[in-house]
Amino acid sequence: MELIQQLVNGISLGSIYALIALGYTMVYGIVKLINFAHGDVFMVGSFVGFYSITVLDLSFIPALLISMIVCAIFGVLIERIAYKPLRNATRIAALITAIGVSLLIENGLIYIRGAQPEAYPNDVLPMDKLDILGVSISSQSILILSVSIILMIILQFVVHKTKIGKAMRAVSFDSEAATLMGINVNNTISATFAIGSALAGAAGVIFGIYYIKIEPLMGVLPGLKAFVAAVLGGIGIIPGAMVGGLLLGVIEALVSAAGYSLWRDGVAFIVLILILIFLPQGLFGKNKREKV
Amino acid sequence: MTTLKNSKGFWLSIVLALIFFSVMQFTISNGMLNPFYINTLMFIGINIMLATSLHLIIGITGQFSIGHAGFLAVGAYASAVMTMKLELPFIIALLAGGILAAVAGMVIGIPSLRLKGDYLAIATLGFGEIVRIVLLNIDYVGGASGMQVSHLTTWPWVFACVMITIIVIRNFTNSTHGRACISVREDETAADAMGINTTYYKVAAFVIGAFFAGVAGSLYAHNFYIIQPSNFGFLKSFDILIFVVLGGLGSLSGSVLAAILLTIVTTFLQDYPETRMIIYSLVLILMMIFRPQGLMGTREITTLFTGKKTKGGPKDGSHNTVA
Repeated sequence: MELIQQLVNGISLGSIYALIALGYTMVYGIVKLINFAHGDVFMVGSFVGFYSITVLDLSFIPALLISMIVCAIFGVLIERIAYKPLRNATRIAALITAIGVSLLIENGLIYIRGAQPEAYPNDVLPMDKLDILGVSISSQSILILSVSIILMIILQFVVHKTKIGKAMRAVSFDSEAATLMGINVNNTISATFAIGSALAGAAGVIFGIYYIKIEPLMGVLPGLKAFVAAVLGGIGIIPGAMVGGLLLGVIEALVSAAGYSLWRDGVAFIVLILILIFLPQGLFGKNKREKV
Repeated sequence: MTTLKNSKGFWLSIVLALIFFSVMQFTISNGMLNPFYINTLMFIGINIMLATSLHLIIGITGQFSIGHAGFLAVGAYASAVMTMKLELPFIIALLAGGILAAVAGMVIGIPSLRLKGDYLAIATLGFGEIVRIVLLNIDYVGGASGMQVSHLTTWPWVFACVMITIIVIRNFTNSTHGRACISVREDETAADAMGINTTYYKVAAFVIGAFFAGVAGSLYAHNFYIIQPSNFGFLKSFDILIFVVLGGLGSLSGSVLAAILLTIVTTFLQDYPETRMIIYSLVLILMMIFRPQGLMGTREITTLFTGKKTKGGPKDGSHNTVA
């Protein structure tokens, strides 16, 4: 029973990783850039959610939506200001810029409001314990899981059934050919950043409700782990990010359950190095031959 | 003739460095320099070592590594164990720090052969974090509360290590092996096709870079009184990366200059860490947008005086081709 409880915890954590990983994987799929600032968009989303709940007195769903919208705008701004001038630069230049943007957001926020942590109020969601087959599961984790699943279904719908989704898939397949076909590549990239950042914002609010404590540097580690999740599932592949996130959450929960909770943060990186050595294309990826 | 001319410049710079050393040593031993400036001087030295060792990995060999603080941590802890637990002399601690970090460099270098660009960056970042977490979980070295280290780093030690680092890396770069490393940076496939053992040179760059980072770690540990795993997080790696990027990927003197400049900036902004990081991050972003080749590009400072074009410089038809 203990094990099942840990599994439930792991899946809740994993769904947060999955939401962040989706943003990574979509951006990587389309511009081949590891958006280091993505973890910080997640952090900003968490703070926006916090202020909309405490200052504006909103309930969970409106706070979630506000945070998603603010993050979407924020993500597009980052892309337009920092990444767009570097569209044709080397990938290392883009990567260094992304690191710079990440540091700027973190320290800018610390500069504005100080480094002290905040605590989410714990009455945002009802705290009932449900007994399912002898396992007590908090209603929070069920709600979190269902919100994440709904968001992922919406994402699947957007990517596969709408025009912008079709454009995204086309640009990520071959951006030059997409340009020739009359697709506005710049707008498509901005839309990708908007969707990815909105998901990160949602993850931020969910994280705050689940783990209570938020602070300006909270985005770094979940951001990196979400990237690991994206690589685990095969970077650029949307279902891969979901599965990778859930898997990573479960692995971490199992490591904690086995009594090695201090090693938890290291496990993600060990998984990363192992996956890069043995299965660099990820669980869902196809092996691509490199052409000269 | 050119060999003689080059070596003349080489000896000239060594003489200048020795003069600088003696002047500093004189002022320190006469108490003319207050401890704050002495400490800044030590930090400049340590940061120069870190910057040049990372320069060898990123700037010369083109392997984008952002886990350099991991090597620093390995060196710092190894040397601290040597002097504090085993009570061995400082010179052995320095060497042990370097050698253990070099072994760590080989461990991370070998899997990195399969990785390129972004993936390598993330893997090295992960490696740095793993080192930090492992140190956090070893009680022998104090876990999260860290380790007390006695103050053994003095100005002659720092100076000697910096000189050796710069000379070795400079000569390595100008040797056959260094040329091979540059060819790996420019085009790995082509280098392979020309019969260069790219695997060997990539690992070699990692091992040499890690060795000097480890020695720098030993100096760092014995300058700081206490070392904690939290000193060696990825923010430290980014600090070192900024030296190399600001100085120009591929320019040894550039990274030395950037290390000196940024250490001084850091010292004066010590009370405002956020401001410092905001300046750092803006420097990174604006640099990449407006001058991606860094302050010096791939040029060296000596070319500013002689006006001689070096091969592989920005005017050599291969514009900032690093990575």
